[in-house]
Amino acid sequence: MIQFIFRRLLQVIPVFLGTTLLVYFMVFALPGDPIRALFGDRPPSEAVIAALRQQYNLDQPFWVQYGLFLKNLFTFNLGVDFTGQPIAATLGRVFPVTVMLAVEALVIQAVFGIGFGLIAGLRKGKIFDSTVLLASLVVIAIPIFVLGFVLQLVFGVYLGWAKPTVGTDVSWSTLLLPAFALALVSFAYVLRLTRASVIENSTADYVRTATAKGLSRPRVVMAHILRNSMIPVVTYLGASLGGLMGGAIVTEGIFNVPGVGQKLYQAILRSEGPTVVAIVSVLVLVFVIANLLVDLLYAWLDPRIRYEK
Amino acid sequence: MTASDVTITEAGTPANRPLLEIRDLAITFNTSNGEVNAVRNAHLTIMPGETVAIVGESGSGKSTTALAAIGLLPANGRVSGGQILLDGEDISDAPEKRMIELRGNTIGMVPQDPMSNLNPVWKIGYQVKETLRANGRPSGPDDIAKVLAEAGLPDAHRRAKQYPHEFSGGMRQRALIAIGLSCQPRLLIADEPTSALDVTVQRQILDHLEGMTSELGTAVLLITHDLGLAAERADKVVVMYRGQVVESGPSLELLQNPQHPYTRRLVESAPSLASRRIQVAKEQGVEAADLLAPAAEARAADNVLQIQDLRKVYKLRQGLGKSSDFAAVDGVSFEVLRGTTTAIVGESGSGKSTVAKMVLQLEKPTDGKILFDSVDTSLLKPSELFKFRRRVQPIFQDPYGSLDPMYNIYRTIEEPLRVHKIGNKASREKKVRELLDQVALPQSTMQRYPNELSGGQRQRVAIARALALDPEVIICDEAVSALDVLVQAQVLNLLADLQSNLGLTYLFITHDLAVVRQIADHVCVMEKGRLVETGSTDDVFDAPQQEYTQALLNAIPGAKLMLPPEVA
Repeated sequence: MIQFIFRRLLQVIPVFLGTTLLVYFMVFALPGDPIRALFGDRPPSEAVIAALRQQYNLDQPFWVQYGLFLKNLFTFNLGVDFTGQPIAATLGRVFPVTVMLAVEALVIQAVFGIGFGLIAGLRKGKIFDSTVLLASLVVIAIPIFVLGFVLQLVFGVYLGWAKPTVGTDVSWSTLLLPAFALALVSFAYVLRLTRASVIENSTADYVRTATAKGLSRPRVVMAHILRNSMIPVVTYLGASLGGLMGGAIVTEGIFNVPGVGQKLYQAILRSEGPTVVAIVSVLVLVFVIANLLVDLLYAWLDPRIRYEK
Repeated sequence: MTASDVTITEAGTPANRPLLEIRDLAITFNTSNGEVNAVRNAHLTIMPGETVAIVGESGSGKSTTALAAIGLLPANGRVSGGQILLDGEDISDAPEKRMIELRGNTIGMVPQDPMSNLNPVWKIGYQVKETLRANGRPSGPDDIAKVLAEAGLPDAHRRAKQYPHEFSGGMRQRALIAIGLSCQPRLLIADEPTSALDVTVQRQILDHLEGMTSELGTAVLLITHDLGLAAERADKVVVMYRGQVVESGPSLELLQNPQHPYTRRLVESAPSLASRRIQVAKEQGVEAADLLAPAAEARAADNVLQIQDLRKVYKLRQGLGKSSDFAAVDGVSFEVLRGTTTAIVGESGSGKSTVAKMVLQLEKPTDGKILFDSVDTSLLKPSELFKFRRRVQPIFQDPYGSLDPMYNIYRTIEEPLRVHKIGNKASREKKVRELLDQVALPQSTMQRYPNELSGGQRQRVAIARALALDPEVIICDEAVSALDVLVQAQVLNLLADLQSNLGLTYLFITHDLAVVRQIADHVCVMEKGRLVETGSTDDVFDAPQQEYTQALLNAIPGAKLMLPPEVA
């Protein structure tokens, strides 16, 4: 098992190099000169531009730029962005916010998705099941930027139950509404996946045997139906964690959350290579680690899967 | 012995009162085609400590009746009439709470398929533990180990910490028996408890079950499709046919003097009871041989298949690039005479199917030769191999899996003709019609799809497809194992007829010695990749030389039952 984890962590290295190289290249290939774009209508003197280029290594060829980036990375020096702030400090500010948002969204979608999915699956074809299925279809069909605004308007503006935007006041409670919006779409998938899995497992022979042993219905449901149904759901939840971290750009925009998505968006607009790559690198790490955790959880849920040596 | 011992059993039931009495039971299923009466007017009585078997083919309602007795009908089924009296209490419409009290404690169950009836994500010990706990019994590690050990699992403490996938089929069934009997129920429902297992394992498990239940004084409701097994194990046999009880009575009496026509058919076709090869084909063959003795001798030397020192070694991965060799087939040699049937028998893992695959050229042998018509098949060029395939055709075990569900029957049977570019559209259609006639399927079958046919009909389609290319050799890999006894008998008769009419050669792979007796001329017994005994079927059955063969023969259920010759 330990060997397996070690091997998986070793795999991070090529994945990390590959993604950073790709992202760096794409930022490099963006049209337009980032330095000139910084100054807008009042172009500075050529000497200033040349100095800035040198400061950010923009006068070097691509491979040298990338090599310097890597060298800085391994010396834990992420450099400064175009506004002169250390990138490391920026990351330290925005990542906790997004992690909070993602974790809150993950909990919401897991609790409600699995809960509703379980009930719907056990009552297949009844009113609750049909209602929930229809509602989840509606949620899947409406894009997040519509849902987000609707939630903001209804709960934030009309009902006043939550602050419509987050701004600088970041806490679990202010993030609840954006987390809910972020959770909604994955929630619908978790629900449907759980429901399908519960329906399939309910008719399994071992469930009938469990009942024949004299177990009470709640025990049969929890130990034999739900536990076995969690295997595909956990995979999906783990994979969606990465999506929640990186895919929050729209939600963070709507609710003005000072998180990774917002920062990444700004950096891309400014062709700020080092910042974009730094953010993406951390996201890649999050993805890889989330997937590793899913694999470990998977083995715990299904003992037939054993990661050999 | 005092008077009270005579009339009152331990649990306080008068000894003359039935433990379970089923009266006029009717069970209805709601299906998309409306209501279906799965069981009608079923009667059944089990006295305390008695073993009663329900016998019938699939769909006869035998399992449904038993499931109703433990309140486990599928969601769309319900008891629509009659009573199920457990110790005088009608439980046919008892509330779920009462049923939960009864299950485990009073009525235990050993289900059919050991592979699917243990939850794969829980340790065996836990699955025993929750049973004990749910029924208010001590459930410490020692209690769990005791329960498992009593069911014949060695090293129970360690075994309890393993998961089902680490158990063999026989061990899983022992674990399920342990669970079923863990709370010492007064009635045990055993639903085909061993039909998924090898015969020798089957025998051990049934012996053990019998020992345990007689020690505990547990009554057993045994459900089986095998009349021989039922007669051997049960005091009374109840025969069900299409949802109704057609006959019941003491086992031996019912077997020796069956009244109902269906029971008679069952007795006649029970493979475990039949003791002779199907004669249709042979009589004709013998007569011909008598008239043309020299020709018969010439034919006798005509080996269509010669297997010489065949070996197949698989590499087993052991992680980190290490591997060990596993000889699935180890030095097997035998010959197959043209126009006869040779059976390869053995338990799962004996390598018999691997031999079949190599003969079919679906696997390459590691070593040794397969000569077909004296030509070494390993030297065949691709074009010659294509021709070889035309002459050697397979019939596989699972008629559900080996027919393409998206092909109608016409297309299924016509496909080999098309692949081998034989005839034109009209002549191919004519051929398909002839083939359907040969396997006794109506012409209207052509337009139907596999899912619209029964298991027996599908296997007939598979036979028709194998015959389409007029092969010389047909390799039947467990070709009748998935079928009910009556259907099995029909298919075996069909195969025997085809052999005498078309001069076919069969290589018959099976684990079922009873089937071998009915169809084979020669037998090869395999154990762990090696050929342990070969000979004519009569010789092997009458005087088995190897201990292993004897064990296999003894394990045939009902083998030792004496039957009047006209029935057998």
